[in-house]
Amino acid sequence: MSLNRRDFLKNSAAVAAATAVGIAIPEEAQAAATKAESKWRWDKAACRFCGTGCGIMLATKEGRIVAVKGDPAAPVNRGLNCIKGYFNAKIMYGADRLKTPLLRMDDKGNFDKKGKFKAVSWERAFDEMEVHIKKALKHAGPEGVGVFASGQYTVMEGYAAQKMMKAGFRSNAIDPNARHCMASAVVGFYQTFGIDEPSGCYDDIELTDTIVSWGSNMAEMHPILWSRVTDRKLSNPDKVKVVNISTYRHRTSDLADIEIIFSPNTDLTLWNYIAREIVMRDDAEKIIDWDFVKQHMVFATGPTNIGYGLRRSDEKSIKDGKYTALEMEVVSKEMAKKVSAKEAPALEPYGYKEGDMMTNIAGTLKHWEIPFEEYKRSLEPYTLEYTAKTTKGDPAEDIEVYKKKLQALANLYIEKRRKVVSFWTMGMNQHTRGTWVNTLAYNVHFLLNKQAKPGSGAFSLTGQPSACGTAREVGTFCHRLPADMMVANPKHREITEKGWNVPAGTINPVGNQHIMKIHRDIEDGVMKFAWVNVCNPYQDTASASHWIKAAREMDNFIVTSDGYPGISAKVSDLVLPSAMIYEKWGAYGNAERRTQHWRQQVLPVGDSMSDTWQWIELSKRFTVKDVWGSQPLRGKNEDGTPKKLPNVIAAAKKMGFTEDTTMYEILFANERAKSYKVDITKFPQKGYDDSESRGDSRNVLGSDGKPWKGYGFMIHEYLFEEYAGFGRGHGHDLAPFEVYHKVRGLKWPVVDGKETQWRFNVKYDPYASKAAKESGATDFAFYGTLAKALAQGDLTGIKDKTKKSLKNKAKIFARPYMDPPEMPDEVYDMWMCTGRVLEHWHSGTMTMRVPELFRAVPEALCYMNPKDAKKKGFKQGGLIWVDSRRGKVKARVETRGRNRTPEGLVFIPWFDEKVFINKVCLDATCPMSKQTDFKKCAVKLYKA
Amino acid sequence: MEHSKNRRNFMATTVQSIGLTALGGMLWSGYTDSVKASPLVLRPPGALPEVDFLTACIKCGLCVEACQNRETNVDKETGKQREGTLIMAKGGDPLLIGTPFFVPTQVPCYMCEDIPCVPVCPSGALDFNSLLNEKKELDINEASMGLAIVHKESCIAFWGIQCDACYRACPLLDVAITLEYQKNDRTGKHAFLLPVVQDNACTGCGLCEQACVTEEPAIFVLPNKIAKGKAGDHYVKGWDIKDQERVGNAQAIENTTDISKRDSTDYLNSGEFE
Repeated sequence: MSLNRRDFLKNSAAVAAATAVGIAIPEEAQAAATKAESKWRWDKAACRFCGTGCGIMLATKEGRIVAVKGDPAAPVNRGLNCIKGYFNAKIMYGADRLKTPLLRMDDKGNFDKKGKFKAVSWERAFDEMEVHIKKALKHAGPEGVGVFASGQYTVMEGYAAQKMMKAGFRSNAIDPNARHCMASAVVGFYQTFGIDEPSGCYDDIELTDTIVSWGSNMAEMHPILWSRVTDRKLSNPDKVKVVNISTYRHRTSDLADIEIIFSPNTDLTLWNYIAREIVMRDDAEKIIDWDFVKQHMVFATGPTNIGYGLRRSDEKSIKDGKYTALEMEVVSKEMAKKVSAKEAPALEPYGYKEGDMMTNIAGTLKHWEIPFEEYKRSLEPYTLEYTAKTTKGDPAEDIEVYKKKLQALANLYIEKRRKVVSFWTMGMNQHTRGTWVNTLAYNVHFLLNKQAKPGSGAFSLTGQPSACGTAREVGTFCHRLPADMMVANPKHREITEKGWNVPAGTINPVGNQHIMKIHRDIEDGVMKFAWVNVCNPYQDTASASHWIKAAREMDNFIVTSDGYPGISAKVSDLVLPSAMIYEKWGAYGNAERRTQHWRQQVLPVGDSMSDTWQWIELSKRFTVKDVWGSQPLRGKNEDGTPKKLPNVIAAAKKMGFTEDTTMYEILFANERAKSYKVDITKFPQKGYDDSESRGDSRNVLGSDGKPWKGYGFMIHEYLFEEYAGFGRGHGHDLAPFEVYHKVRGLKWPVVDGKETQWRFNVKYDPYASKAAKESGATDFAFYGTLAKALAQGDLTGIKDKTKKSLKNKAKIFARPYMDPPEMPDEVYDMWMCTGRVLEHWHSGTMTMRVPELFRAVPEALCYMNPKDAKKKGFKQGGLIWVDSRRGKVKARVETRGRNRTPEGLVFIPWFDEKVFINKVCLDATCPMSKQTDFKKCAVKLYKA
Repeated sequence: MEHSKNRRNFMATTVQSIGLTALGGMLWSGYTDSVKASPLVLRPPGALPEVDFLTACIKCGLCVEACQNRETNVDKETGKQREGTLIMAKGGDPLLIGTPFFVPTQVPCYMCEDIPCVPVCPSGALDFNSLLNEKKELDINEASMGLAIVHKESCIAFWGIQCDACYRACPLLDVAITLEYQKNDRTGKHAFLLPVVQDNACTGCGLCEQACVTEEPAIFVLPNKIAKGKAGDHYVKGWDIKDQERVGNAQAIENTTDISKRDSTDYLNSGEFE
């Protein structure tokens, strides 16, 4: 068959178009396209990097990925990419890829914590893991075994890990790096909507009149979305307004009509100021959409004295003196702190005044309903005067000019018929009051009825490619189960146990070992085994020196699975070589609820195998009797007896298992799993490798020392379908596995083959329209089910414990400004903020290995105001120490370029392991979401 | 200590190379031709126009030494001096041996605020006065070592890729490299963010060229002579007061073209109408 160029183009275009809309392609046309491109093969995938979720196409030639193109059919990016995406073809081929398991050993070949890394077989690697997990379980029960999980897991990896941890080891100590990235957004969603993830989607960008960016450098961190914002601005420059709200000037200011530089943490004040303008202006009755508010909203508040997520005084390492006096200056505020002059006016309605000692309780999600008048009273302090005085972040800016900007900002939100989208990322999430500030964003949109509508809404942008798809939707958090279910909820555990076909009572109801707690439990000697999956927790966690010391010097066993050797691998005892992104079947879910799948494009490098395989192989080493007997937990029940998990072995036997049945047989190679057949004659398996299901030509020696030949069933489809089963019919509906291989992703809930653009909106969301029929509403139904019955009270506490239902309603929260626990003083006189740069992904393990990206940004710089540099006698490009109460790093001064900080604040990115900024950062978190505040701590600077 | 030792070593090798070059007066002139043949060379800040520079430069190497041993050129981990920006041409380099130059893709000019390389120049080949700003302060932003040129066809920003690595690498971001926004009609919802070099602000430091992520840089610095055209002084922009200063350079000169080279009478008296 001969093809002329025109036919070829026609065929290729037809194939692209057909796959875009999910139409079956005639076999002949498909064959023709394949033949014409026979020197290489194109197949679709999702970009490896951020939460934007761009679609790409990969060209594979002779078993290697050689090129990439943006997928012209992908709705998010329409064939475009940013420069990280541009290098997707190069990220798997760094010269130092890990190719074989490595174990720290002595000269005799025994494991030795102080030994050097030497190559071992997969079999030996699993032997060691088995021994050390059993030891850890014996030492502390399920709480002694932990996993640093990831928002970069594929859906299937996350599900496999979650299942083995929660049903197998009965440990909830699995928590993703996404905890550091969007936990505050999640708790914000839960508290406000009773269900996770955004109501809107990226289409809002094309439909809105106003884009307000809060603590988000979209221009660098979500470049493709930023180019959509830019296009929107260009299409109507006079009407469309862009506002950038940040603690320093960055590239997102380039396009901004208004730039507001605020003092760290005072975004709480800014949101409350806007709300006050809505509620207290003379014409407030016309500004607030009362019909909407009365029908769909309740007002609420919660305790303010909830600390800062730091260690409490009764924790072992604090009692053991592992924290220095300098560190304790800040850590001690977890227990009590004095109310400052800056926060006193904001706290006054809650019953505090300046100088009061605030005694802190441990962080809590507790909240109660309050009358509107109480909410209104909470807003009284946020006058223009107070707001301008306390929030102005650039000392050089004239306060009157600044006030005008604040008014202009409020006016943009308030303007009738003006559509507004508020975007935020880490600035609002990495915040010691991150949950609060997230809920404050919805307040403003709700009061104006500008939420969950085309072109209007508050929208949390995620940082990671599958923070939504895996970490949140699969639920690889310590407190979660798939599809927004919670380990603490007996009904949810029951549903999950049934879905997993494991005995009732298997799942541990206590889920509190979030990322910081895992690190702290290792330091306290409780946790003796931890496994790092698709993340770099020893580089990405604040107060890093503590965790590295605990890992290296205490009796424990740390395992890291990765494609490349990073800090976490270096800290570990065992390193496992992982198959990277396109070396396995996978799926990611982006920030707009879009699920995207890809097939395995190439065989993994060396002997590396996917994390899914690693988890399943590990499950072969544990039997019913190893893990399903009674297991101890920390703490005591209300009756004083020690907490424990029940023995479920008898129940397991009733289900047909024996004491020696392996977790592999129960959790992964069960009857349902085997019903997903390997079939290489049919789409989507035809023509593609599947190293887990079928083995591959490498014949890697597996966990039993024999050549790996595969599970014999289609493991990826099984894992995805079983997982998806939890959400279908419950507002999280995903399409069938095969469909995702034909389309360019779909935004869930996918109902009757249709995706959902705007949730909770009756016009667009079938779940909303169903709920509205019951509630009698015609426009919206906020049908989330979490925390949907509240006690009644005022700003200071609960007055009536009777719980009132707020079915189908959302919440507007009263939440004050409060200081962060560490602020600049005479000694540590500068704010320090960390974050990312466009050229590098997270800790740089992939992008620092792409020569072009390395050359573009070879090191992390300390961005500083030239006046500060001059005052301190620093030269542009000179080396300085950046020193906090926790540690110091050497960095080069940059007074020019992309980030322009106001006097008193420096910005240092964290991608560079040689500028190990997390040694400097403070591990304070939002006490509700447990997300670390990487955006503010106090440092001093001096010449190196 | 480290610093002074480096300095001694440097002086020793410099003396050696001066010795070598002194031996071959012939050699110098021998290479002068190749300089003319290959003028794509970037000189230090404040360098005189190439021809004058070659005459003035005494190949002493003091600028190179000042650049390499500048305070900010210390390796973060070892504390030792790194490779500097300025290098001295040696045999085989396509420019006059002993003269200073730099290659942005190797080490660009980091635009030190105190410009250590210039005040040390004993010959005036690096013109101190050319780097004074309006306040008569030494100001690296006054430097004009070359001009960055964007090759649109290989620049991926012109494909719609969100790159702009050059823009973010520019020490004079938003001044020397600005972004031009254009709608991307193909996708219908994205914009091009195109890097545009501003000739009046670009110093030619080459940080953009080093940062460029394409296989061969799509943005590169060329010497001013090569990179720039020149509009005649007989026409100035009617809408730009500053531009009208160029009238000062304008002179009335007799114009000769093929058609006007003959005397008018000769023309009139010449024969046929062809």
